[in-house]
Amino acid sequence: MIASRTGPIRVLEYQFMVYLRVWKSNVAGSVLRPLLYVLGMGLGVGSLVDDGPRGGQLLADLTYFQFFAPAIIATTAMQILTNDSLWPIRGGFVWHGTFHSQTTAPITPGEVVSGLLMWHLAKGLLSAGGVALVLVFFDSTRGWGLLPAIGFGALAGVAYSAPLVAWSASRKNDLAYPNVLRFVIVPMFLFSGAFYPITELPGWLQFIARLTPIWHGVELCRGALHDTLTVSSTSAHVGFLLVWVTVGWFAAQRVFTKKLSL
Amino acid sequence: MTTASDAPLILARQLRKSFDDFEAVKGIDFEVRKGESFGFLGPNGAGKSSTMRMIGAVSPISGGELSLFGLDPEVDGKQIRARLGVVPQDNQLDELLSVQDNLIIYGRYFDIPYKIARERSLELLDFVQLKDRARSKIEPLSGGMKRRVTIARSLINNPEMLLLDEPTTGLDPQARHVLWDRLYRLKQDGVTLVLTTHYMDEAEQLCDRLVIMDQGTIVAEGAPADLIRTHSPREVLELRYPAGTNADRTQEVDGIGARQEILPDRILIYADDGEAALSEVHRRGSQPESALVRRSSLEDVFLRLTGRTLVD
Repeated sequence: MIASRTGPIRVLEYQFMVYLRVWKSNVAGSVLRPLLYVLGMGLGVGSLVDDGPRGGQLLADLTYFQFFAPAIIATTAMQILTNDSLWPIRGGFVWHGTFHSQTTAPITPGEVVSGLLMWHLAKGLLSAGGVALVLVFFDSTRGWGLLPAIGFGALAGVAYSAPLVAWSASRKNDLAYPNVLRFVIVPMFLFSGAFYPITELPGWLQFIARLTPIWHGVELCRGALHDTLTVSSTSAHVGFLLVWVTVGWFAAQRVFTKKLSL
Repeated sequence: MTTASDAPLILARQLRKSFDDFEAVKGIDFEVRKGESFGFLGPNGAGKSSTMRMIGAVSPISGGELSLFGLDPEVDGKQIRARLGVVPQDNQLDELLSVQDNLIIYGRYFDIPYKIARERSLELLDFVQLKDRARSKIEPLSGGMKRRVTIARSLINNPEMLLLDEPTTGLDPQARHVLWDRLYRLKQDGVTLVLTTHYMDEAEQLCDRLVIMDQGTIVAEGAPADLIRTHSPREVLELRYPAGTNADRTQEVDGIGARQEILPDRILIYADDGEAALSEVHRRGSQPESALVRRSSLEDVFLRLTGRTLVD
């Protein structure tokens, strides 16, 4: 008998089954929250910026709304997948024991991780898609570029979730989880280039911002919508995100294998 | 000559499991054959669960040999797990899903087509008498019901061997009997059962053969009745005296029956005729607060072999 290789698909199926029970609250997260952001920040703050002395010059002839709105595609995926990489991972090991029950069946710990990250990619696409749907309703952000932006946003989200899944799984308890949101995600969000070009930051902070996956995700989403991406810039941004995904994926497989094979 | 049918489903030789510098299983030998109901009896910390996790092809062995269905769990873990049913100690039911969906998704892990998993889940819930709770959430179910759902889940892939880790721990007597009844039916249907327990009555009810484990080693092996016959006289007289005075009673019971055990809460006198032993106690003028004559059990075997009780 040849061992089945469908493990990751089965894990994906499980995640989808659970999602069907909670999708309503998820839709609120991926449509309503970005809508509020887009309206509040994009239009509200935008009216201040666009009328300001450096408006058009600073944002490469984009309105603030056009500048800010596509970035939310990437930041929403980041935020939603970050949440999915903290307590739900603890739940899989401790509260629901899902990862344990999956590995008593013919699924390996590595396949659990692969299936989980496949689900994160799908969830990232749904979340980014929700934001893109919101942007379709505004003349200045409607465009085919939203389609690749959905993919780029999801990829940026998984660039966070893959290493975070490894980290969360390696913790003995969940006490440090809120710190990830406070000290990692919120600062990255603020310095992601979503709200203003990072060229406005001091040089050393710009350097740090460029090392975060979210800046690359924001650049990709914005560039996709406004058709400013080149082959080389796209490859560099995507390549950078794929490095985070790959490193996180391998690290998570290692941690899961260790924890589920005791 | 060994034929395929009488080859053991589980074969362990000098099986070991270590966690850092702690050795949980210290070189044990055992075999389980098809259709057998085999138990690991021992107190908490005896190494039973570690052994079960190795048998479940989840936990790699630290030393010795282990084969399941003639396969090496290190190499063929997936193929082995595809043929097993597992009832873990802590159920591991998914509280985000309904009772039936817990079974269906578990069936999917074995690549069982959705439609068949769905049909089979209802048959199995019927078998564990929970068909009417198929759409229920997990959380409101009682401990015994959750255990039955876990057993139903473990059967979704028609396993050749069912591994049960402490199947009735924490359940009330009625729930235990319902569970035993279901397990007994599985046994009658020819399913090989391997279970751990620290309840001697459970071991006696369910196991054709068992090993008694203590501190990572096997201290005895055999059929429950044979073990009792070999290691303990037929009857036990249990005497209770006012608290804290047992140690002073040694003289009063000395020489009565084949052996005496002075425990903190009671004194046990092992004898082929318990009533005669009690008469002797009375004849000596000793006045226990209560006296009970019962048949020897696996608990007594364990006490005899390890000097300790099963449930501390």
